[in-house]
Amino acid sequence: MASSTESIERSPRREALAGARDIIPLVVGAIPFGIIFGTLAQSSGLSFGATLGMSAFVFAGSSQFIALGLLAAGSTLPLIVLTTVVVNLRHMLYAASLLPYVQCASQQWKVVIGFFLTDEAFAVAIRRYGQPDRSPHKHWYYLGAAGTMYANWILCTLLGLTVGQLIPNAAAWGLDFAMVATFIGMVAPYATTRPMVGAIAVAGLVAVLANGLPHKLGLMVAAIAGVTAGFWLETFLLPKPTGKS
Amino acid sequence: MNDWLLVACMALVTFSIRYVLLAFSGRIQLSPTLVRALGYVPPVVLTAIVVPAVVFPDGETLWLGWQNARLVGAIACVILALWRKNLLLTIAGGMAVFWGWGWLVN
Repeated sequence: MASSTESIERSPRREALAGARDIIPLVVGAIPFGIIFGTLAQSSGLSFGATLGMSAFVFAGSSQFIALGLLAAGSTLPLIVLTTVVVNLRHMLYAASLLPYVQCASQQWKVVIGFFLTDEAFAVAIRRYGQPDRSPHKHWYYLGAAGTMYANWILCTLLGLTVGQLIPNAAAWGLDFAMVATFIGMVAPYATTRPMVGAIAVAGLVAVLANGLPHKLGLMVAAIAGVTAGFWLETFLLPKPTGKS
Repeated sequence: MNDWLLVACMALVTFSIRYVLLAFSGRIQLSPTLVRALGYVPPVVLTAIVVPAVVFPDGETLWLGWQNARLVGAIACVILALWRKNLLLTIAGGMAVFWGWGWLVN
């Protein structure tokens, strides 16, 4: 309903613009985090350049925040890097989910898609990839969405670094709720089959129960529990097509 | 500690995690079973991100009261999303309820 029917093939440029447009609510939701990251970084012991470099080359908000916390606590480099691995492990799940759509892509595209892979880019792009039209330019949609997220993240880091102290508490604006609202709006259309509803319910419940786990591990546990629940329900609830073992 | 070395190491491991499966995707045989299971990933992951963000506003304390504007806003989003199936309407309506409710209870 939100997107028009794709009977005519869209050009790469139009795909990219559509991606950039569709990720706007999530970009808005990320603004306070980018600003807060930039503001906190220097007091945590990261130089101006390295702070900007972290946003530009690591580009993974949660792990950047956790790195700041560990730095401020006087942690060692190997421990911070190891924690980064654990926190960002969920991205591998996203990559797995993208596999059917990128198998035929060039290695350059795979590098680009990998570099820009975030919660937000994945959430937006997987919808486009899942649409039934055979457009060869869906990667451009991804690039438009992810690139917008990226530009915003760097810009907000820079804002935080330079005028962050002058900006009133960005966490209190409530802009981050835009992410919650967007993700709920994205999940709802999936909730049409019983296995899917079960998967979503299990994921939500386990996410709450596992919230105490460190380093976003609760998210991984909840995701695996949800996928398992959905798959199990599908296998046992839905009648299988005949002739299949 | 050398902070540029830290950035380089973090960038390297993060990119590797994101890229490794994509890099070998051409050689991975995707069974229909696996593709079926992967279909659950998007809604399940988004749910696992959203639910704690709503019921643990400070990240630690479970808050299921009506004064939790995030919870009320999220319920509004669910109702809107299931009822009108329009993403922009869900976002706009949810934000309005979240801000409005937060303003009322404060």
